[in-house]
Amino acid sequence: MSTATMILSNAQIRRSPRHTATIYLKEAKYEFLKNLRLRMYTASVLSFPIMFYILFGLVLNSNQAIGGLRVPTYLIATYGTFGVMGASLFGTAAGLSSDRGLGWLQVKRASPMPPFAYFAAKVVTSMVFSAIIVLALFTLGIALGGVRMPLADFARLLGTLVAGSLPFSAMGLAVGYFTGPNSAPPTINLIYLPMSFCSGLWVPFMFLPKVVRQIALVLPPYHLSQLALGVVGAGTHESTAAHWEVLIAFTMICLGVARIGFQRDQEEMYG
Amino acid sequence: MIATLQPSHSLEPATSGLVVANLESVNKNYGNVRALRHVNFGVRAGEVVALLGPNGAGKTTAVKLLLGLLLPNSGRVRVFGGDPTNPENRMRTGAMLQVGRVPETLRVREHIDLFSTYYQKPMPTAEILAAAGLEKLRDRKFGELSGGQKQRVLFALAICGDPDLLFLDEPTVGLDVEARRMLWDEIRQLVSRGKTVLLTTHYLQEADALADRVAVINQGEIIAEGTPSEIKAQTAGKRIRCITSLNISVLRRIPGVTEVKEDREAVELHAAEAEPVLRELLARDSTLSGLEVTSAGLEEAFLALTQDSSNNGNHSN
Repeated sequence: MSTATMILSNAQIRRSPRHTATIYLKEAKYEFLKNLRLRMYTASVLSFPIMFYILFGLVLNSNQAIGGLRVPTYLIATYGTFGVMGASLFGTAAGLSSDRGLGWLQVKRASPMPPFAYFAAKVVTSMVFSAIIVLALFTLGIALGGVRMPLADFARLLGTLVAGSLPFSAMGLAVGYFTGPNSAPPTINLIYLPMSFCSGLWVPFMFLPKVVRQIALVLPPYHLSQLALGVVGAGTHESTAAHWEVLIAFTMICLGVARIGFQRDQEEMYG
Repeated sequence: MIATLQPSHSLEPATSGLVVANLESVNKNYGNVRALRHVNFGVRAGEVVALLGPNGAGKTTAVKLLLGLLLPNSGRVRVFGGDPTNPENRMRTGAMLQVGRVPETLRVREHIDLFSTYYQKPMPTAEILAAAGLEKLRDRKFGELSGGQKQRVLFALAICGDPDLLFLDEPTVGLDVEARRMLWDEIRQLVSRGKTVLLTTHYLQEADALADRVAVINQGEIIAEGTPSEIKAQTAGKRIRCITSLNISVLRRIPGVTEVKEDREAVELHAAEAEPVLRELLARDSTLSGLEVTSAGLEEAFLALTQDSSNNGNHSN
């Protein structure tokens, strides 16, 4: 029987829409709780962007400006992007590679769980953690950094960054399918840290060397941070549409890679 | 050593039951490694079958094929008369697999809550907790449990959909004696409720204690099949030791004798049944002395079987 029918047939269980919705909700709820209680996850993914923001945005440079924008406002966009990227990459890749490599995913696959619920839960959980990080930055910025802007802009910034979780979740799924339980975290760090630097998430983009700025043009976090900066009035380069197009294309490529991994797993599971 | 163990339930093996899961001429390779070779094997409704074999014999592969987690290279796998990946089948089956890491930060009741949601008619949570002996551990995080307790959670997840057919892959591996007996009791309770169970094990005692029928698997091939007592009879039977004036070639020709060994001044005979051989011996040799009859345990039977079939085959999991 082909892979396609294996996947399709699983969608054919006759369940009420209400029952299906309950499964998706619970899968997401427990994925969220699982990560929330995982100190490795919360300590690195949640606290790094927040600590960086407090240090570089509130303690050290709060009276300065970058490109006409006050530092506390500017850094919400860039550390927001950094936080979203970390939450999404670790949230999907680490769990997926471990579940695949250590047998847990097989237990789930042997059950009547709709396979898509598993992936949806990871993506939704990444978006929720992304929102938590961004809202924490907003709160700190407003309370301690004097960040002021119309409520609609806060909402747009939040929406942009949370939507920006999707390309990185897709990337995380691809990484999760091609790494093992032990190699996933270092692989993510190897992608995530250099990308953050080159995309201007730590050092503002215009202060980066020209070579690095050239590289940044092909990096998804650069495009997401430019979209976020655009909301607060500091976007510098291409049009909004061009940034979204790059992010959508990147998402599609990552999903394609993840799908190859998914099919490979369906066809030959080991031992 | 364990020849006197009886199955705990007095039901006759359900030989007439409908076949609910089977492998037909199944071959499964992992690359060049042949995990299963032309395996024919079935489980009938209401019976408990043990797939018994050493590590790497192909037990787990057989279970994963029946769960639709693997596809055979050739042959056919049927569950409830259909394809094992059929989602309706997954509603009616439960599986306990060997897992390296289960999400550790979720609580026992949370794991059960999530898995119960997948099924149309799950068992009530209180019943699942009771059946798996987890009432006192319901609020414990998975990572805080002992090995035996973790196995019981996996067992709970296997039964939470109230399945008709249960696959238990090495359910008690790595457990101490007490934890193993506890899980056996839980499995027996399920069996008494009419469930069909396929369990794999490399503990002979476990197969003997739980199963109606045992299939011995070694190096990817089923090498013997029958009730636990048939398996024992088929292979080891009885060992007769005595001092006799009859010579070896005469002894070898006695009907029923499968093997003759000299042991110092005595000889040791192997036979499926002792009585006919004894009659013959006593009739022929009035000076016969030092007679001892012992029965070989399933352990020996198993060793004999797997050693017989050991040729230059490949090992796999």
